[in-house]
Amino acid sequence: MAALINVPPRAKRGDIIEIKTLMSHVMETGYRRTATGDIVPRDIITNFTCRYNGAEIFRAELFPAIAANPFIAFFTIAAESGTFDFEWTGDNGFSATAKAAITVE
Amino acid sequence: MRRQDDTTRRRFLALAGGAAVAGAAPIVSVRPAQATPATMAAAIHNVVGEAMVHIGKVKLDIPPLVENGNTVPMIVSVASPMTAEEHVRSIHIFNEKNPQPALASFYLGPRAGRAQVSTRIRLADSQKITAIAHLSDGSFWTISVDVVVTLAACTEEVI
Repeated sequence: MAALINVPPRAKRGDIIEIKTLMSHVMETGYRRTATGDIVPRDIITNFTCRYNGAEIFRAELFPAIAANPFIAFFTIAAESGTFDFEWTGDNGFSATAKAAITVE
Repeated sequence: MRRQDDTTRRRFLALAGGAAVAGAAPIVSVRPAQATPATMAAAIHNVVGEAMVHIGKVKLDIPPLVENGNTVPMIVSVASPMTAEEHVRSIHIFNEKNPQPALASFYLGPRAGRAQVSTRIRLADSQKITAIAHLSDGSFWTISVDVVVTLAACTEEVI
């Protein structure tokens, strides 16, 4: 369970910044079979949320068609200094969080 | 030896007949092997409802020829000023031939600044990808692109 987050450490107020996230996860589709014909059970991340100082700015619903180690990049306006909270949840009680700080001048 | 063959064939036919009867019963639901354009249309209907879907505003950036369907970079963007009055509420991505018609749904807001999301997807076959954007004024905009995939994802055997 390792997350890679790329947020610019500082930005000018009003700048549009890109946030890149990557979470290590197999994203097993549930459609693959082993050599003996058994279905490999589904195990995916279903939801991703990003909060900026507590307010939700981005949310995604994921399906098995998202590649392993889901990479999601999106934009936001640098409004104030603070933290980004990232949360991934999924099958089999999967839950992971990450944080990133930003200084807005 | 010959008798043995007959019994197995008879047993097989009996089993197959039983399976056919079970298949005809309406309570048995069979999971389809792949999403079809019809199931994609149904999935789109779930999001859009009866609203009119316009063509344009949305841009879907996927390589037209994909060597490995297991990880395909995709960038979806919408031409929108992203202000409080006029912004993109959500973007939904669909496909025709993966086992499920939905690829992903992204929920944005005026704080996004730019309506653009990048991710990596799996594609099981050469097919059409459709993106639908829901704007703050309630309108829906769409774009479709065709992708050729040489190595399929999703259903291959685990080694």
